[in-house]
Amino acid sequence: MLDFPRWKVISISLLLAFGVLMSIPSLLGANGLKYWPSFLPSETINLGLDLQGGSHILLEADPADVATARLQTMEESVRAEMRRATPRIGIGDISRKNGVLSFMVRDSTQVDAARDAIVPLTSGAGLTGQRDWNIEVRDDTRFVLTPTEAGINNAVENAMETATDVIRRRIDEMGTREPTIIRQGDNRIVVQVPGLDDPEALKALLGQTAKLEFKLVDFEADPNMVASGRAPVGSQIFPYPDNPSGIPNIAVKRLGGISGDKLTDAGQSFDQQTNAPVVNITFDSDGGSKFARLTQNNVGRPFAIILDGQVLSAPNINEPILGGSAQISGNFTTESANQLAIALRSGALPVDLKIVEERTVGPDLGKDSIDKGIIAAVIATVAVLTFMVVTYGRFGVYANIALALNLFIIVGVMAMFNATLTLPGIAGFVLTVGSAVDANVLINERIREERRRGRRVIQSIEVGYKEASRAIMDANVTNIIAGVLLFMFGSGPVKGFAVVLMIGIASSVFTAVVVTRMFVALWVRRARPQELVI
Amino acid sequence: MRLLKLVPDDTNIGFLKWRNVAMAFSILTIIASIGLVAAKGLNFGVDFIGGQMIQATFTETETAPISELRDDIGALGYGEATIQRFGDANEVSIRMRLPADAESRPEAANEMTEKIVSTIRADHPDVRIDGVESVSGKVSAELFETGAYSLLFAMIAISIYIWVRFEWQFGIGSLFALVHDVALTFGLFALTQMEFNLNIVAALLTIIGYSLNDTIVVFDRVRENLKKYRKMDIIALLDMSVNETLARTVMTSLTMLIALGGLILWGPDVIFGFSVAMFFGVFVGTYSSVYMAAPILIWLKVGPDTFVPAESANDQAEKMGGPEQIG
Repeated sequence: MLDFPRWKVISISLLLAFGVLMSIPSLLGANGLKYWPSFLPSETINLGLDLQGGSHILLEADPADVATARLQTMEESVRAEMRRATPRIGIGDISRKNGVLSFMVRDSTQVDAARDAIVPLTSGAGLTGQRDWNIEVRDDTRFVLTPTEAGINNAVENAMETATDVIRRRIDEMGTREPTIIRQGDNRIVVQVPGLDDPEALKALLGQTAKLEFKLVDFEADPNMVASGRAPVGSQIFPYPDNPSGIPNIAVKRLGGISGDKLTDAGQSFDQQTNAPVVNITFDSDGGSKFARLTQNNVGRPFAIILDGQVLSAPNINEPILGGSAQISGNFTTESANQLAIALRSGALPVDLKIVEERTVGPDLGKDSIDKGIIAAVIATVAVLTFMVVTYGRFGVYANIALALNLFIIVGVMAMFNATLTLPGIAGFVLTVGSAVDANVLINERIREERRRGRRVIQSIEVGYKEASRAIMDANVTNIIAGVLLFMFGSGPVKGFAVVLMIGIASSVFTAVVVTRMFVALWVRRARPQELVI
Repeated sequence: MRLLKLVPDDTNIGFLKWRNVAMAFSILTIIASIGLVAAKGLNFGVDFIGGQMIQATFTETETAPISELRDDIGALGYGEATIQRFGDANEVSIRMRLPADAESRPEAANEMTEKIVSTIRADHPDVRIDGVESVSGKVSAELFETGAYSLLFAMIAISIYIWVRFEWQFGIGSLFALVHDVALTFGLFALTQMEFNLNIVAALLTIIGYSLNDTIVVFDRVRENLKKYRKMDIIALLDMSVNETLARTVMTSLTMLIALGGLILWGPDVIFGFSVAMFFGVFVGTYSSVYMAAPILIWLKVGPDTFVPAESANDQAEKMGGPEQIG
C-alpha cells in the first residue's frame, strides 16, 4: 500500500490535469472562451438539438423511384442512339412495364446494329466489367433490357450521394449555421439543424425535388378529354391547379421539351408589369442554346413550366428567348419564389425524398431543460457528496475529490471527441454521480469489514482495494455492455446518453479506484495512522 | 468524529428464510405486470406507434385548458387527440395519429401541425410551441423493433458474461433477476399509463446494467465465501454473503435514489418518465439481487465444488487465507 512510486503519482496527476484542462473551454461558455489563451486546446462539447433547440429530420428515398427514373433515362438514351445510328434504326412498341425496358426493332436485319449501339449504354461504370443491364433478344426482334441488382444498387448509391450534396447546398443557401447532414443506411439522410427560427421553411425546402421541365402545350387537345384526364396520342396530362381556364389539367407534348437542370443561376425577383414575385433563371450554354431553339421554333405557342410534375404556368412564347435567361411565373409569394430559387440554384434532387421522422425542439424548451438539468445535477451532487463525507469521513472526502475530478474528465473527454451533450446525457451525468461512488462504497465497506475482522490498518486498506476491485470490474463490464447496446440501437438523444454513460464508467473506474488509492497511499505514508476512522 | 453507519456491524438478517414466500411474491408481481400490460396496454409515444406530438406551453395561463383543446382539435377532423399534462400545469403534449395520406403526401403532416397550432393560437394567443415530433409508421416500427432487440440482447449478453466470469448457475440467476426488473418496470408503465417512449427504453437498458451491479456484488461475495467456507450450508452462506454486502447495497442504492430523486423533483420535464423508471428500477433491482438471483443458486445446486473441484480444495483454502482468520 505504501508502495506508490513517484512516477505513478506524476503520471496520474498529469492525466488528471489534462482532463481538467480539456474540460475548461466547455465550462467557460462562449463569452468566457474569448479570454482563453489560444495556444491551449479549445474544443468544446456540442449541445444536442434537444438542449439548444433545432430540427432533426430523417429523409427517405424510395429505391423503386430511382429504378423508375433510371428506366426512363434508359428509354431516352435508347431512342437517341437509334435515331443517331446510320442508317437510322426504327423501333416501336416500347414499354417500361415490370421494371424492364422492352422494344421492337422494326427491321430484323438491323438487330445486330441495334445491339452494338445499345451495349455501351448497359455496361457499368466500374472497372470490374460488371453490367448494369442485361440485354436479351426475344423472338428475333424484341429487345428486353433488365437492370441488374448491382446496377440498381449503384444507381441508388449515386442518387443518394447527389441528394446529400444537393441538400447540403440548399441548407447552406438558407444561411443556417452548423448543419449536420449524414447518410444513414442505404436510402436515408439525416439532417440536423440547430437553432432554427422557421422549421416549416426548412421542411418545405427539403421536401421539394425541384425538377424543372419546359414542355410545349398541346393546344389542339380536346378540352373535354383533358378535363377528364385522358391524353391525346403523343401528349401527356399534367395537373395545373392555377389554370386560368378553370380546368385543373393541361395536355403537353411528350417530345420536344427540355429539362431545367442546366442552370447556372436562379434568383427571386418581381415581374416588371404585374409586380408579382417570379423566379429568374439563367441557363448554361448548352441549356441556353436548347432553350433558344425551342422558343425560336414555337413563337406564338404556349409552353408549360413544370415543377415536380405540376404545371406552374403556361405562358405564350411572344418572341424567341436567345439570351439564355428566362422568367418563371406562377402563383408565388415572395417566400415561395425565393425558396424555389434556392432549390433550383442548388440543383434538383435526383430522387424524391420523404420526411419520415421529424423532431423539432423550440429554444425555450431547450433552455428550460438545461436550467432544470443543472439544478437537479447540483442538488443531487451536493446531497451525494455530503452523504459520502458523513458516512466515510476522510475516505469520503477522497471519494468526493475523485468524483469531482471524474465529472471534469467526462466533460474533458467529451470535448476532446466533440461529443454531443443531450438531455438524457444530463441524466447520464446525474446517474454517474450516483453510481461512481459505488466503487468507493465497495472499497470503503470492505476496509471497514477487514478492520472489524482484526486486520491491521494498512493491511485492511490493501485487502479492501484488492478484493473490491474484482466486483468493481465485473459490475462495470456489465454496464459497458448495456452502454454499447444503447449506443448501437439508440437514436439521437439516447446515443448521447450512452456516450456519457460509457465515458463515465471508464473514467469513474480510474478516479474511484486508482486516484483515491493514490490519495490514501500518500496519506498513509505521511500520517502512519494507527487507528482508522471509517 | 463518529461516522454514520446505516447498517450496524454484525447485522445478520435471515433473508433467505423468506425465499419461498419472496419467490412466490416475485412471480405474482411478474404475472401481474404482464397482465397489466396485456389488459391496459402501454401508453406508447409517437416513437413507437408513429404519429405526431406537439408540445405547448400556455405562458399566461395557470392551467392548460385540456378538455377545451381536446374538443377544438377533435373538431378539425384529424381524429381524436391524446392530450396530457407535461411537466407544469400549463404545459401539455398533444399526440395525434398522422393523417391517412401522410405516407404518400409528406406535406400532410405539416399541414396538420399548422392547423392545430393556429386553432390553439386563435383562442390562446399566449401559447408557445416548444416542440414538434412526427414519426412515420415505418420508422416507428423500426424503432420498436430495435428497442425490443436491444433489451433482449442486453439481457442475454450480460447473462453470458456472468456465465463466463462465474458459472452457468449464476448466469441463469442474473437472467431471472433481469426479467423480473424489466417486467415490473413495464408493469409500472402500464399501471400509471405514463408515456412509454425511447427514453424509457434507455432507462430500461440502464436498469439492466445497474441491477446487475448489485447482483454481481452479491455473487462475487458468494464465490469468495464458497471458496473460504467449504463446509458451510449453502443457505447460511448466501445469507452471510448478502449480509456482508448489505451495507454497500444500502449505501449505493441510497446515493442512486438521491441522485434520481433530484432528477424527478427538479429535473427537466422531458425526462421525467426516464427518471421515474430509473428510480423504480433501482428499487426492484436491489430487491431482485437478493430475492431472485440468490435463491436460484440454491435450486440450481450451487455448492463448494462449483468453483473448486474437491481434490484441489486444500491448496485453495491455504491460498485464500482460510476460515481461521475470521475475527
